[in-house]
Amino acid sequence: MKPLSIIVNGIIRQNPTFVLILGMCPTLGTTSSALTGMSMGLATLFVLICSNTVISALKSVVPDAVRIPVFIVVIATFVTVLQMVMQAWLPGLYAALGIFIPLIVVNCILLGRAESFASKNGVLASALDGVGIGLGFTAALTIIGSVRELLGAGAVFGLRVYPDSYAPLVFVLAPGAFIALGFIIAAFNRLTNKA
Amino acid sequence: MKSSLRNMVLSLGCVSIAVAGLLAAVNSLTADRIALNASMAETEAVATVMPRFANNPMADTLTVDGCRIYPGRVDGRLTGAAVLVTTNEGFSGPLTIMVGFDAEGGLTDYSILESTETPGLGDKAAEWFRDPEGRHSVIGSRDELTVTKDGGNIDGITAATITSRAFLGAVNRARAAFLKFSKQDNTAS
Repeated sequence: MKPLSIIVNGIIRQNPTFVLILGMCPTLGTTSSALTGMSMGLATLFVLICSNTVISALKSVVPDAVRIPVFIVVIATFVTVLQMVMQAWLPGLYAALGIFIPLIVVNCILLGRAESFASKNGVLASALDGVGIGLGFTAALTIIGSVRELLGAGAVFGLRVYPDSYAPLVFVLAPGAFIALGFIIAAFNRLTNKA
Repeated sequence: MKSSLRNMVLSLGCVSIAVAGLLAAVNSLTADRIALNASMAETEAVATVMPRFANNPMADTLTVDGCRIYPGRVDGRLTGAAVLVTTNEGFSGPLTIMVGFDAEGGLTDYSILESTETPGLGDKAAEWFRDPEGRHSVIGSRDELTVTKDGGNIDGITAATITSRAFLGAVNRARAAFLKFSKQDNTAS
């Protein structure tokens, strides 16, 4: 596959949120505003590129039977690195994302890409797959976060669009997450399946 | 690759050692910075929860019954204190709160410094216990606090009673420590 098509594949054809429907826990949990959604996407993007690259490099020396434990160890390491770095240099963001950062370890997108792509392809292709899938996840979370923030709080990225007394709070809360996600997935599939 | 005991132990072992080294390196790079952030957050919390003070409360802290006390003084007289208290009775890990008291032991304000309570349920504690609506504000209280579920006077957070109990328990401990300290301080001066 050509480098560009791997990236586009991750963003559109195999978008982790809208097409593969993976990683729903952080998707629903962190998209109460555009900024937290995008931050979570970028955090996952970082871990995904690192873990895909390392797992692809290790694929020829790791025996099949301990494949999954090695993947988990690698993923957990990069999540912990990210956690410590964020705690040191981005404490505000770390406080906002809180418990969802360590939970990146159990995000099925990471293990899914390790198993279905990185363990079968070269280092460069795997890194690009990490970029594509990570950007797809970031874009999806940013879109969902923007829609929920706009409907539920009357703002996007904190910029006020209309007074928040008119905004139905339910879109910031959990039920609104499901409703918004459902409609956005439907719209995405309508747009991409027009052929 | 085909698995044998030898190559399984070897590969997992090597990966684990490499990973441990990387984590140790990152930890030593970030530890100081994280500690600095924590102490800055602490200073800020002391300033927000405390009644008026003219001294530097960070300079003469002391520990009473496991709670760290930052006394506030004006002209040497005790005007109140911020009390740092940690409880392990929360829902999922330590809950660290800074609680402010006036000289008589009335609660002035609080701030949650560290919490791993459930997002959307237990983490509401940051605002819930200062909301004047309903019966769940602890601001201004002078007595022992318990949730209504246990026959007390404070409405716990809906669906987060364990967090509420832990929070009120910690506040009670902070108050007891403060009263003990202010008694000693009165007799000393």
